[in-house]
Amino acid sequence: MSKREPVMNLSPYERAVHRAGRLWGSMALLLMLLVPLVISVYFNAWPPLGALLRALLGVLPLYWTVGIIEVFTFVPMLGTGGSYLGFVTGNLTNLKVPAALNAMQAAKVRAGSEEGDVISTIAIASSSIVTVIIIALGVLLLGFLRPVLESPRLAPAFDNILPALFGALGVVFISKNPKIAVAPLLFMVALFMLLPGLSGSVSVLVPVGALIAILVARVLYKRGHLDKQGPG
Amino acid sequence: MAFSVNHPLLYLLTGLVVLFIILQSTYFLIKAIRRARELGMGAALIRKTVLSSALFSIAPAISILVGVITLSKFIGLPYPWLRLSVLGAVTYELPAATLAASAMNAPVTQTITHAPTFAAIAWVMALGILSGLVLVLLGLRKIQSGMVSLAGRDKRWGQILSDALFLGMISAFVGLLFSRVREGLPGFVPLVVALASALLMAVCGLLIRRFKWTWLEQYALPLSMLGAMALSLPIAALMAPGGV
Repeated sequence: MSKREPVMNLSPYERAVHRAGRLWGSMALLLMLLVPLVISVYFNAWPPLGALLRALLGVLPLYWTVGIIEVFTFVPMLGTGGSYLGFVTGNLTNLKVPAALNAMQAAKVRAGSEEGDVISTIAIASSSIVTVIIIALGVLLLGFLRPVLESPRLAPAFDNILPALFGALGVVFISKNPKIAVAPLLFMVALFMLLPGLSGSVSVLVPVGALIAILVARVLYKRGHLDKQGPG
Repeated sequence: MAFSVNHPLLYLLTGLVVLFIILQSTYFLIKAIRRARELGMGAALIRKTVLSSALFSIAPAISILVGVITLSKFIGLPYPWLRLSVLGAVTYELPAATLAASAMNAPVTQTITHAPTFAAIAWVMALGILSGLVLVLLGLRKIQSGMVSLAGRDKRWGQILSDALFLGMISAFVGLLFSRVREGLPGFVPLVVALASALLMAVCGLLIRRFKWTWLEQYALPLSMLGAMALSLPIAALMAPGGV
């Protein structure tokens, strides 16, 4: 498996992905900003600056921080192509990151290797295409689908999508690394039981869990408790 | 034509964004598949990765569609469709839209009819979520370089470091399963659903190892997830107050 050197010696493929990623990402950024601009110009609808700033002040401190944290947390998992694509197409925690992790696990390649990068990109691209197609079909067929999707009988299935996802993903990764997993798991279980109101801030707690896991892993590794564990 | 939250212009803008996402994803997909072949990965592995990721995405995509429907009562159908096809998630879009409407003194329980209020919502939803994309565009190479330096030349430590990152994310979401347990029996539903999903995944693992069903490797996660979602219906019914 080709592992990158500590000083970033990029392969021609990686250099091309960085170039393409920046180009597509810049176009996406422009497009995302162009949409509200077109709406304002076309409808001659210009919200008062004061109201806009008040609303932004309520949103930016939290969500810009979460966005920055997500980059540092998810980039090592998603790889180069996956990051450029994932940070445009969104729905990272509930869709793109698990899709990438699952694909790399099933293909037996590691995040951080070029093989991992390629598999993660294939998973995220496939997931993005399927997702936008399903949403588009859903909107077009909304008349038929709305009663089903809004049916109270099916509500528990959609309410429990994250438990269904992280139960399956959790058992794989926790069973592979039980020694590293214990401390962050106990911390998070205790935290959410004591402060259930934090459930809306789970994105902010992901790096906290990662930090605990990294510290525990470092101590265990230095003491030789992780040496015999396989790479899987 | 007067402003409406379902104005054809908004559908046109949404169509453009959806088309852009499909084009960008297809470009990266083709590029990655070509590189995978150069790296000696077999066509079967590539096909399984595509199919498994597609299958896995169906349930979360339907849940995103439910989010589009929820937001549509407030800001119409095309704009939530656009927003939830790009960077963001319902957990972000709803508070952002609500805050913008409040700042414009608009009621958040009715469909928006005032164009400047809608424009304010559109600006806030777009601007409030861009930090991740901007940071990736400006500094992905530097961030990756920093991560590689953090792992150093010790490959084993590099592997442990990436596993620890995964476990950090998983532990936060496993912890979340316990956030409602103090509510009594119905509060345990997410935990029981997660256990059912974990059990299904373990059964898949057993089948893969015992009967060498290697084809199942790629599909174990989507199957376990869909199975647990289906099981959540009887589980929630049994654990509802007075449900037993």
